[in-house]
Amino acid sequence: MENKQTAGYLVSDVHKKIKAAFEAFDYESNNTVDVREIGTIIYSLGCFPTQKDLHDFIAEVEEDHSGYIQLNRFLPAMAKVLLENRFPPIAEDLLLQAFEVLDKEKKGHLEPEELMRYMTQEGEPFTQEEMDEMLTALADPETNYIYYKDLISQLTIDPNI
Amino acid sequence: MGCGVSVATKTQGNRLETEDLVQTPNRALTMKAAVLIQRWYRRYMARLEMRRRYTWNIFQSIEYAGEQDQLQLSSFFSFMLDNFTQLNGNGPDLISQLLDPVVDPWLDRETCYNFISVPETYTGPRLLFPLSVSDTNALLSAFKEQQTLHARYVLQLLYETKKLLKQMPNIVHLSTSCTKEITICGDLHGRLDDLLLIFYKNGLPSAETPYVFNGDFVDRGKKSIEVVVLLFAYLLLYPDYMHLNRGNHEDHIMNLRYGFTKEVMQKYKTHACEILQLFQDVFSLLPVATVIDGKILIVHGGISDQTDLDFLSSIERHKVKSALRFPRRRFEQLDIDHSCRQVKRIKSTDASLPSSSRSHSKTHRKRRCGLSRQDSGTSVSSSSSSSSSSSSSLCSPQTPSCLSSRPFPSSPSISYAANVLQVPFLDSLSSVPPPSPPQHEKEWKQIVDILWSDPKIQDGCSPNTFRGGGCYFGPDVTRKLLLQHNLQLLIRSHECKQEGYELCHDGKVITIFSASNYYEDGSNRGAYVKLGRELVPRFYQYQVSRTTRRLTLTQRVRAAEGSALRALQEKLFVHRSELMAGFQQYDQSHSGFVSVSEWILVLEAVLTLDLPWRTLRPHLCRVAPDGRVEYESCFEDMGPGIPLPQVTPNLAETLFRYRTDIEIIFNIIDKDHSGLISVEEFRHTWRLFSAHLGVDIDDKAINDLARSIDFNKDGSIDFTEFLEAFRVVHKLEIKDQQPIGTTNKSLCQEKSLLQ
Repeated sequence: MENKQTAGYLVSDVHKKIKAAFEAFDYESNNTVDVREIGTIIYSLGCFPTQKDLHDFIAEVEEDHSGYIQLNRFLPAMAKVLLENRFPPIAEDLLLQAFEVLDKEKKGHLEPEELMRYMTQEGEPFTQEEMDEMLTALADPETNYIYYKDLISQLTIDPNI
Repeated sequence: MGCGVSVATKTQGNRLETEDLVQTPNRALTMKAAVLIQRWYRRYMARLEMRRRYTWNIFQSIEYAGEQDQLQLSSFFSFMLDNFTQLNGNGPDLISQLLDPVVDPWLDRETCYNFISVPETYTGPRLLFPLSVSDTNALLSAFKEQQTLHARYVLQLLYETKKLLKQMPNIVHLSTSCTKEITICGDLHGRLDDLLLIFYKNGLPSAETPYVFNGDFVDRGKKSIEVVVLLFAYLLLYPDYMHLNRGNHEDHIMNLRYGFTKEVMQKYKTHACEILQLFQDVFSLLPVATVIDGKILIVHGGISDQTDLDFLSSIERHKVKSALRFPRRRFEQLDIDHSCRQVKRIKSTDASLPSSSRSHSKTHRKRRCGLSRQDSGTSVSSSSSSSSSSSSSLCSPQTPSCLSSRPFPSSPSISYAANVLQVPFLDSLSSVPPPSPPQHEKEWKQIVDILWSDPKIQDGCSPNTFRGGGCYFGPDVTRKLLLQHNLQLLIRSHECKQEGYELCHDGKVITIFSASNYYEDGSNRGAYVKLGRELVPRFYQYQVSRTTRRLTLTQRVRAAEGSALRALQEKLFVHRSELMAGFQQYDQSHSGFVSVSEWILVLEAVLTLDLPWRTLRPHLCRVAPDGRVEYESCFEDMGPGIPLPQVTPNLAETLFRYRTDIEIIFNIIDKDHSGLISVEEFRHTWRLFSAHLGVDIDDKAINDLARSIDFNKDGSIDFTEFLEAFRVVHKLEIKDQQPIGTTNKSLCQEKSLLQ
């Protein structure tokens, strides 16, 4: 079991990480960020919340719909999220299964119209802008198909920050 | 955001039932799969956005830090000018000519350019004055095909432009009643592609399509000449429909540092000097502001709380040749070595500074370089490149007694205005004679504020210490000025924005920036704004694409990020000795490790770049399993262009850091553009430069260096080759390098990841 010292070390480390991420969006250096940036901050800390998760979290920390979030409220709430691992990452194989579910005909790829239909009509739908960017990012330049197997490993490699 | 039919299920666990995969997927499963993918993708995009942001931060910080460096150069030139009159054996001093030209009667003569003959073999445009549409069309096609306009026509064009501009007021008033919509463009910085794209999307300048170009046509980009020639040509063609404002880069000192001078010298070897002199005149004759319908004010930088448009209209604008130099003064003959070393000591031990600059800089945007951060508790001596911060110490009462014998310019109680005016030029000198007459200063300040200021979020007006001129102006300053002159909107440029434009001060200030991909491919869009009679701004964005295949956001971010990180690594490398000294302060036992917080403290103190160091750390150095930073790993990936035997670290670093500045000086000395300067000139320049910097480097070290590199050719030095040795190279590139003597330059040129 962790003793108090290690636990304390762990928590302060977490606090530092949260502060660093927060500061990147704190343009006026007054410990405040625009609520619209919170999603980016949370994602950058390694979490994978759903949209609903995000809305719930924001409701907890925002002050009276001011449109701004203060560090002193964000920090403890976010620390809890991290220490509880509340929005854990999605395993690669799970992601693969999800794609395979959508690929009903088991083609090994998805066609852009297929993907678009699912992404903009199911679950927590994408906006048109999100959809366009996803297609640009994921579609093979020649065939336009989305070869999801290759993509998953490619796109999950990013620097561990 | 509804998806009518299905019910949003909350993904409790993350498991998909494997049995379901065998059967036809049911509704709920599809839903779960979709949500999973959406979550994953949104997270991926957010991470990308995060990377894009800090990449942006890096570029911007380095850019602003670089602008401080140019103060070094300008003060160096003042110094050289006033203390060493002849650098070359015979003939007028070239530097003096470039920086402070006496009006050359030759250039003002009507027919001077007629003496320049254009060979039969020249296939470029042959302009006929007064210009007609066929001339501008010829220029457009020629430039699209990479042709260069002959020097004779450049000179003639500049001469005609000068004549025209002389008749214009400082503030040009336009009206939308006579014209259709007016298009306003921001910084172009020598990006011909962006200008052509604007013309393509929006139409060429004409009675139906009037334009205002809001300054910064030159520097940084590779086609400054082409851009500015086109703009001037259209100005001559349609003086009523084409309007140009002066920017802070329409300034010959800035041009020395940021590439325009170099471009002219490379493209027009023989006539470069004449051309540059005429550009200097033309730039200083550009109007400084445009007003539309008496309601919309357009200036390049911004305003200050001292801006007075009436006074501004009355001054002689062409007298302010450069924002970076006063009308020239005589400095006392100084004992160079002595005073420079004194100054260096001041910089490193100066503990208390007048509070004004520090407290002001804390209140504005984070992205600015943290000039407010002085040397931390460690006694790391500050590098000379961040000299502007130390310069304020010269005005403080805590003057070391060794300097008290010389008269001091001002007391610290003088308003920030005086600080900004005097201070940037004095970092290497210990005293100045009393300032010039106040009238001169007032005029100079009015123009500098217009060309250099930036808006800030908080109220108030504080000196723009990072730019070295102008101020940060708050929403209250904007409100007051607009009210005072019955205006409703301020349009300015001067700052790069990701979307090409940005609104602030409650919509009363628009920043418009027209050079897309400014920092790097994909870094930002360009934009222009159109105003019709109802004076409601409409924005148009674009982005020049250099590849035929459209890059994904991922690829663009990766490329930009790679570029930014490499630039940052170079910064670390050229400050290596100071950084190491700082690290060792915290690592007395020489273990090679410091904590992350200590690492950050040292970086902030030495580099004065306001960046999210903790976030960037994984890209810059290694950590041990216990989380401590192995600080020497910061420098591992970088190295000199070629192996440098027997070079003291001090000398090497200075050369790395000031490579660009030294290159400029060499280019100026090298009058015939042969690439060679004499050994004596080389030594002389070097002595001056190191004296100015207060760096203790003696002749022997320089001579030894010259010998060991072995670039002497018949008593001349190939300075290009010399400087190549001090181009910081990323070690991965070294493997592919060809041996010295072949085309090193082209290999080292391309810095981005995408070749």
